[in-house]
Amino acid sequence: MSMAAGRPRSTLNITGLQIAHLIEQRFPGAVLDAAPEAATIDPARLIEVCTHLRDDPELRFEFLSSLTGVDRLDSFEVVYHLESIRLNQMTTIKVTTLDRENPVVPSVVPVWPGAHLQEREAYDLLGIEFDGHPDLRRIFLWEGFAGYPLRKDYLVGPGGRFPGLERFPGEAGDDMKDIRGTQ
Amino acid sequence: MTLKTEPFVVNVGPQHPSTHGVFRLRLTLDGEKIIDADMVMGYLHRSMEKLAEERTYTQNIPFTDRTDYLAAMTGNLAYVIAVENLAGVEPPERAQWLRTIMSELQRFASHSMAIGIFANDCGAWQTPVMHMFRDREKILDLFEMACGARLTTNYMRIGGVSRDIPPEFMPTATKLLKDLPKRLDEYENLLLENEIIVARSRGVGVLTAEQAMAHSVSGPMLRASGVAWDIRKADPYAAYDKLDFDIAVGTHGDVYDRFVVRVAEMRQSLHILEQALEMMPEGPVNAMQPTATVQPAWSAPTGPLAIRPPEGEAYARIESPRGELGFYLISDGGPAPFRFHIRSPSFINLTPLALMTVGSTVADAIVILGSVDIVVGEVDR
Repeated sequence: MSMAAGRPRSTLNITGLQIAHLIEQRFPGAVLDAAPEAATIDPARLIEVCTHLRDDPELRFEFLSSLTGVDRLDSFEVVYHLESIRLNQMTTIKVTTLDRENPVVPSVVPVWPGAHLQEREAYDLLGIEFDGHPDLRRIFLWEGFAGYPLRKDYLVGPGGRFPGLERFPGEAGDDMKDIRGTQ
Repeated sequence: MTLKTEPFVVNVGPQHPSTHGVFRLRLTLDGEKIIDADMVMGYLHRSMEKLAEERTYTQNIPFTDRTDYLAAMTGNLAYVIAVENLAGVEPPERAQWLRTIMSELQRFASHSMAIGIFANDCGAWQTPVMHMFRDREKILDLFEMACGARLTTNYMRIGGVSRDIPPEFMPTATKLLKDLPKRLDEYENLLLENEIIVARSRGVGVLTAEQAMAHSVSGPMLRASGVAWDIRKADPYAAYDKLDFDIAVGTHGDVYDRFVVRVAEMRQSLHILEQALEMMPEGPVNAMQPTATVQPAWSAPTGPLAIRPPEGEAYARIESPRGELGFYLISDGGPAPFRFHIRSPSFINLTPLALMTVGSTVADAIVILGSVDIVVGEVDR
């Protein structure tokens, strides 16, 4: 064992616009949308883009920090927070699928094995399928659990109320009656 | 004559002392050799991410105590930093130092549990862990002084901390800092070169630096594999950029190195605490006094006092005792997060468990799982 002193420094955040520019130079047409937060990648080209992000000597994003599935109401989004330990920088990319019935995005496990459990989590709670995942099963809930609870339209309440959609229905009005049900 | 053999499945858990909670490991064995390891989790799944989408930003702070219940302070801290990034709030100087002090006290308390229970897994039944409990009690007493709770602290607030420390905190903490190094010497003598621990853990569950990074492993596990990566240094938050400390780095990436790295980090935590208690300035402890410390009324949680960050998203990560703890928040401008995701180190550090255990024996699997130092509340959320 040894001790490394190391000087404190800050992680360089490569914005979505910058990373979109870098990806676009190498893979024309692979970036569908670019925002300061993240670049949205064409799902069909996700694997080649991710492999490039991991192996490029200027980028070296060898560490998948976090993988998040998001229900955007009209689409599903998978957000990848990438880190480079060697170069101390991070960036964010996304993929989107518009198919709400059968959402499928490519699995990044071949690029980052660290996505293994995180993709299973997104599949379990949001029902996003990861094409190419070696062992895609439910992880927290049991096989046979009905529905995907992190979806915004999960469990339609009495009177057709969507608990995930109509957050704080009493916000404009008076009290919390609507949230806690009629008592 | 040939004997007919077939693989044998052993369930370790969900109720088993080595799983440190309700976690199940299905080991497929060929003789005593493990040929497959499958994790079954979710026994403690409370769906916090869904619950958080229906509560205000301030109401969500107590959830972050209950993910990693051995390190509530760092859980609180990661979440409030994410909200601060989202809302553009800068906490005052004294709050930053209080956050640092609480985080390091928490790291010491959490690591003492980690190494005490690890000694349990190795066969030093209960004696070391009771010594560790003794020191951890003193730290929990300090937490109780600061915020009234010992385990689920709920101390950090958006824009600072919930309240300043009482006058008796400083003398007690200073006295404790005089005692703890002696205790740590004692434990090092007792455990570091202990024949049982060395025999059980050296060369077991090896993870190379490349494997560790590829599997998104973080914290003491990553450092034991020889990667000097600590977010307190790489991307300082709170007051860590003003403090002098070292990162403990292992060489072999085995179970023993993980244990040694944790012990060395406890020493560094004490070093940080000594400086922080000296250097902490006076001043306010919260930037958004009314909004953050006065709770919105229960009958109207989304009233004028609720925080409404502008539309956008934020990802904040800190070095928790278990590794890189991150919060990813999406705001739609409302009083509650649109999406609340926890990047939990306990969960992600389990990714290479099969890689580490396949090929070794059942007894090794127990020690390897102990070296990951999971908290099931954080694995399942």
